[in-house]
Amino acid sequence: MRWFRGSEVAQPKPAVKTSAGPRSSRRSTGFAEFTRSLTGYKDLSALDLGPTSSANIAFLTGFGGRVHNEDILRASQDRTYLARQEDGSEMLDPQKFLSENLDYPEHRFDAILCWDIPDYLPEVLVKPMVERIHKIVKPGGILLAFFHTKDAGPDSPYCRYHIVSGEVLDLEPRPDFRLQRVFNNRHIENLFKGFSSLKFFLARDNIREVLVVR
Amino acid sequence: MWKPRPDEKPVSSNSPSQPTLAPPSAPAFGPGKETHSLEPAKASQPFRADVAAHIGKSVLVKGELSGSEDLYLDGEVEGTIELNNHTLVVGPNGRVRANISAREVIMHGKIEGNVIGTERVELKKSCVLSGDITTQRVVIEDGAFFKGSVDLQRESKAEPRKAVAAANGVSAAPVAVMSAQSSFSEHQ
Repeated sequence: MRWFRGSEVAQPKPAVKTSAGPRSSRRSTGFAEFTRSLTGYKDLSALDLGPTSSANIAFLTGFGGRVHNEDILRASQDRTYLARQEDGSEMLDPQKFLSENLDYPEHRFDAILCWDIPDYLPEVLVKPMVERIHKIVKPGGILLAFFHTKDAGPDSPYCRYHIVSGEVLDLEPRPDFRLQRVFNNRHIENLFKGFSSLKFFLARDNIREVLVVR
Repeated sequence: MWKPRPDEKPVSSNSPSQPTLAPPSAPAFGPGKETHSLEPAKASQPFRADVAAHIGKSVLVKGELSGSEDLYLDGEVEGTIELNNHTLVVGPNGRVRANISAREVIMHGKIEGNVIGTERVELKKSCVLSGDITTQRVVIEDGAFFKGSVDLQRESKAEPRKAVAAANGVSAAPVAVMSAQSSFSEHQ
């Protein structure tokens, strides 16, 4: 695994088979800012890219409107999106993947919860996913993403995020995925270069929270 | 030979005074096979597998599936499913490619299609749902896979019932039971 992107194509590592840990709560400044941005929407159209959580659905539907859910990480494990390469190996085909995932009309969403998916997603899907998000989020729409810092370490567990309140999240560690890479600030800025603004919040638990405005 | 035995009493499927219990293995689709418990449905037990109609895992249905009783579906359905005012349970072996409309939908299996549950939709941990949900309440167990949108109907259709209950000075729960009773007895 390379801790800085760009010099090597990261391959998905097998999931670490450890049992799920207990939930822990954390206050999230980025999420609080995200929530504040949602007030005022009448028919909010939101997309949650994490695993299905009834708490998140309940919270987001509280703003009125419709909530969409797509577990992108789990979908990326579907072997039907693998394409055989010339050398006989199989690799995820981003076009095939995006033909069945994140397939929405342009400017559909006011808000997208990306959580820390880019850190765990196979390398070939990261940029195409962000480009697709840019397409489906409305101008002025917001996206919240989390990124691990280098200090988080390679065994930083994948967590499911459950919304507790407008500024508190429950983290549920899951053994399903392993950290693929660590983005630094410049990588994050490049990743979202098509968006109009980025706001960084550095949390104590080595997670960088980024609020992105389309 | 054709004379009825003295200990046998004629059973009328329309008579509420003759409760019969459907055996768990007896599917109830044919007109002569319909057997129901005449015990009124209780609010705490909205769905009873032993009295619900049952579609086994080897059954494939193509087309429109509609009914006026609870249904346990462990087979395969392609088309539409409409169980107005009743509960649909898609079992762990259930494979549905259909739009579903029911009062309550509980899903264990794999569903592709939009789900309308006028009261409640429940995704169990083994459920894989690709489609949109429209309901008043949604319950999602840890592990369920859901791809689609949720439209929570905030304007509860139960409100009038609550209002009537309040006007009559009773709580909403007994009214719900009464409603279940009357709905159940309509179809006997």
